[in-house]
Amino acid sequence: MIELVEPHARVAQPPESVTKIEVHDLDFFYGATQALKGVELSIPAFAVTAIIGPSGCGKSTLLRTLNRIYEIYPDQRADGEILIDGQNILDRRFPISELRRRVGMVFQKPTPFATSIRNNVSFALSYYERLSRSEMADRVEDALRQAALWDEVKDKLGASALSLSGGQQQRLCIARTLAVKPDVILLDEPTSALDPISTARIEELIHELRERFTIVIVTHNMQQAARVSRRTAFFHLGELIEVGDTSQIFTNPHMKRTQDYITGRYG
Amino acid sequence: MRAILIRRRLVDLFAFLFASGATLFGLFWLFWILWTTLGQGLGAINFGLFTQMTPPPGSQGGLLNAFYGSAIMIFLAVIIGAPLGVAAGTYLAEHGRHSRLASIVSFLNDVLLSAPSIVIGLFVYELIVRTSGHFSGYAGAVALAMILLPIVVRTSDEALRLVPDQMREAAFALGIPRWRVTAQILYKAAMTAILTGVLLGVARIAGETAPLLFTALNNQFWSGSLGGPLANVPVVIFQYAMSPYDEWHELAWAGALVLTLFVLGLNLTVRILAKRSSK
Repeated sequence: MIELVEPHARVAQPPESVTKIEVHDLDFFYGATQALKGVELSIPAFAVTAIIGPSGCGKSTLLRTLNRIYEIYPDQRADGEILIDGQNILDRRFPISELRRRVGMVFQKPTPFATSIRNNVSFALSYYERLSRSEMADRVEDALRQAALWDEVKDKLGASALSLSGGQQQRLCIARTLAVKPDVILLDEPTSALDPISTARIEELIHELRERFTIVIVTHNMQQAARVSRRTAFFHLGELIEVGDTSQIFTNPHMKRTQDYITGRYG
Repeated sequence: MRAILIRRRLVDLFAFLFASGATLFGLFWLFWILWTTLGQGLGAINFGLFTQMTPPPGSQGGLLNAFYGSAIMIFLAVIIGAPLGVAAGTYLAEHGRHSRLASIVSFLNDVLLSAPSIVIGLFVYELIVRTSGHFSGYAGAVALAMILLPIVVRTSDEALRLVPDQMREAAFALGIPRWRVTAQILYKAAMTAILTGVLLGVARIAGETAPLLFTALNNQFWSGSLGGPLANVPVVIFQYAMSPYDEWHELAWAGALVLTLFVLGLNLTVRILAKRSSK
C-alpha cells in the first residue's frame, strides 16, 4: 500500500520516473477474438518494465502493439490510445518507419538475416542514415560493443550471421536494434530459446542498457522478471491485473490472482 | 492373439513387396531409356557434332546450329520468364497473401502450369507467327518463356512462403519498408530455392518440342538471327528420327543423349544447391 501514488503526482520528479509510454483503454482483436481488454498502463522511461502472466494472457500482444508490428497481419486490430512521448502512435498518421526506429524489438527466437554479421547490423542503419564507409564501420562496432558482442565477432564481421551460436545471434539482434538508436526496446521472451549461460549474458546486457533506454520485457520466467526489472505488470486473460514496483509485486501483491500466479498456483 | 500377429506380418510383407515392386518397375523403364540413349548416342558423339551444321541426307555433319538455336532460345526464355515469374511469385507470397485476387491468380497459374505445351505453341503461333508472317526464334523463345513462367511463379511463391514469419517480423520491426525487406532479406533467404525453380524450369523447357514446331520451326543451315526460323535440338531430333537416313538417325540419338545429359546435369546441380543451402 505504499506505491499507490502515481509517479507524476509528485512535485520534484527525478528523471527516471518520467513516463515514456502511456497505454489508455487498449483493446486488441485477433479477428473476432479479443486478446486485450481496456488496458491502462504507464511505462517509465530509463527503466525495465517486466510483463508477466500465464500463456495466452495477452502479454506478447501488448508488446506487439507498442511498435504496431501486428499491422502486417490484416485481421489484427488495436483500439485505444498508446502515447509515446505524448504522441498517439496508434494514429494511422503516425509514420510507421519513425515509430519502429524509435521502438526496437527483439523476438523470442533469434532471427539473424541470412547475410554477414556486418550487414545484419548495417542493414537498417543504411536505410535511415547516409553514412560513409568509415562512419558505418564505427556505428557497426559501436552497436556490437553495446550488445557485448564485439570481442567475439570483431575478426569475422564478414562471416555469415547464421554461423553464430544462439546466444550470440540474439545479441546480434539486439545490436541490430541498437544500431538505429531507439529510445524504447521491446524484448519478447528474449531468452526462452537460450541456455542458462547465454541467458545470464543477456540479463547482464539488460542491466547495462537500462540506464539509457526504456525497456519492456515479456517473460515467462518470474525469477528473470524479479532479477531484471524495476516495475512489473501482471496480466491475466487479456486484462491488466496489477502493476507496481517489482519488489512489491513479488513480495506483497495486492491482488489474489497475482499472488496465486507468483506462488505457482497456476500458469 | 497369434493369428492377429501373423496377419499383421503378412499385411506388412505384402505392402513392402508391393511398394518395392512399384519402385523397381518405375526405375526399370528409366534405366532402360538411359541405357538405350547411351548405347545409341555414344557412338555418334564426336568433335564434329559440336562444330558442324546439320547435314543434308547422305553426308556427315553435326548439330552446332541446333545447339546454338536451343541455347539462345532457352536463354531468352529465362530472361523473359524468370523475372516475371519471380515478381508474380513475390506478389502471391508477400503482397497478396490474404487477398482474393492472389488466390485467383494462384489458381490460374496452376492451370497454366498444367496446360499442354502444344496449346501454348498454337497460341504463340497465332499471336506472333501469323501476325509477323514467318516462323522465328523470337516466337520460340516466347513459347518457351510461357512454359517456364508458371513453374517459376509456383516455386518462388513457395520459396518465399518457406521463409519463417519471424524473419519478416524482425525486418519489419526495424521499420524497413516492404519492398526493401523483400529485396534484401527475403530474396536472400529464399535465393537457393528460387534458383532451383528456375533451373528445374530450364530442364523442363530444354526438351519441349511441340511449342517449337509451331514457332521456331527448324533451320537446316546456320542462322545467328532470332528473326527467322531457328534450328533447335528437340525438333531436329524429331525430324531426323522420323527420317529414313541412317546418318540422321545417328545424329538424332546423339542429340537425344546430349539433351538427356544436360537435363541430368541440371537436376544434379539443383540437388547440390539444395543440399548446400540446408547446411
